[in-house]
Amino acid sequence: MALANAFYNTFVKRNSVFVTSIFAGAFAFSVGFDVAVNNFWDRWNQGKQWKDIRAKYIQEDADS
Amino acid sequence: MLSRLPAAALKSQSVLGASRSTASAFRTRATSQVRFASSSSATLESLLTSRASLISVTLFSAGSIAWYTHLYGSLPFVGEVHANSLADDGLHPTAYPWPHKGLFDTFDHASIRRGFQVYREVCAACHSLDRIAWRNLVGVSHTADEARALAEDVEYTDGPDDKGEMFQRPGKLSDYLPPPYANEEAARAGNGGALPPDLSLIIKARHGGADYVFSLLTGYMDPPAGVEIREDMSYNPYFPGGAISMARVLWDNLVEYEDGTPATSSQMAKDIVTFLNWAAEPEHDERKKMGIKAVILFSALFAISIQVKRFKWTVLKNRKIFYNPPKDLKH
Ligand code: HEC
Repeated sequence: MALANAFYNTFVKRNSVFVTSIFAGAFAFSVGFDVAVNNFWDRWNQGKQWKDIRAKYIQEDADS
Repeated sequence: MLSRLPAAALKSQSVLGASRSTASAFRTRATSQVRFASSSSATLESLLTSRASLISVTLFSAGSIAWYTHLYGSLPFVGEVHANSLADDGLHPTAYPWPHKGLFDTFDHASIRRGFQVYREVCAACHSLDRIAWRNLVGVSHTADEARALAEDVEYTDGPDDKGEMFQRPGKLSDYLPPPYANEEAARAGNGGALPPDLSLIIKARHGGADYVFSLLTGYMDPPAGVEIREDMSYNPYFPGGAISMARVLWDNLVEYEDGTPATSSQMAKDIVTFLNWAAEPEHDERKKMGIKAVILFSALFAISIQVKRFKWTVLKNRKIFYNPPKDLKH
């Protein structure tokens, strides 16, 4: 209950704080979620993607 | 589903079974439960007429038919006649373990790069690849500099210039891969009347996709006894009908890979098919990654929505309804 009250008082009581924390939370979650999925993805597909083999073909001061 | 069947359906079945199985059990039951002498025929009755048995029998029959159809490819007890033989449909291609086969798997981009080399050195002599531009290779199998150099090796007609004349210029990243023939008629004339199809979408355009094209490229063989193949055609059991106008093109060590991979014909077939699969589905890698994200997010949202529904409905689900019979009003 104490926790719920603390939550209510910090986030929900003022609408400005409520809306702002929802937006900030959505932003933080989407960044974190993307990082997590991308990490898994790159580990699972290690050595297969272009970024893994690109170093073999890149010359100095090339732009891709 | 089964958990929703009335418990009586299961109970009545076990009673029936028990009464059949042992006579002694029946006797003890008979003495202690004389009052229910008619119960055995009543359970039989309910077993035959209850909704639960109707549903289970229907499910069982539909399930067996579906299973049979899945296993053998046709409905049971329904005769079929075919005017064509299996050879007319082509041999069913083997399912190969492609590096990009799994739900989480990207293309093997080193293989795409080798496959492009095979396309350029072998297939491009007859097949166009209309939908791929040089710029599409950048960041997939080649660096921008490499792709630019490849494009510059090709002359494109451009124009008109300010005197109204067309002119030749070296290719740019934005140019599309050059077709081997000027038009369809020229392509047919060069290939004994058969048109080498554009390969951009060939993996999507054929049953069996990548497995089919791989099997086709590696499946050339002498025609079996009794099969006549015209002079300028070849026998390939995977091609519907068996007679194909494209001769076998992949032979060991036909190309020399820059990364030192031994260029066996099956290795080249794997690489060109991976390349063509990329050409048909360039969005493949990104699509699968977005798929994972969508599945995670939507299942989480679904779980939450179930939870919210249960929360909102607790009041309704937990209420008790009392029935107060009306007092005898004596009217
Ligand atoms: C000598 C010219 C030539 C070359 C080189 C060539 N092909 Fe073909 N290809 C043809 C012709 C002609 C057809 C049409 C065959 C037919 O319809 O009977 C064809 C058909 C095909 C088909 C379609 C088969 C179908 O199911 O309709 C595929 C796929 C194919 N070629 C892939 C390739 C690949 C991959 C390469 C390179 C490794 C290649 N071809 C090289 C001439 C060629």
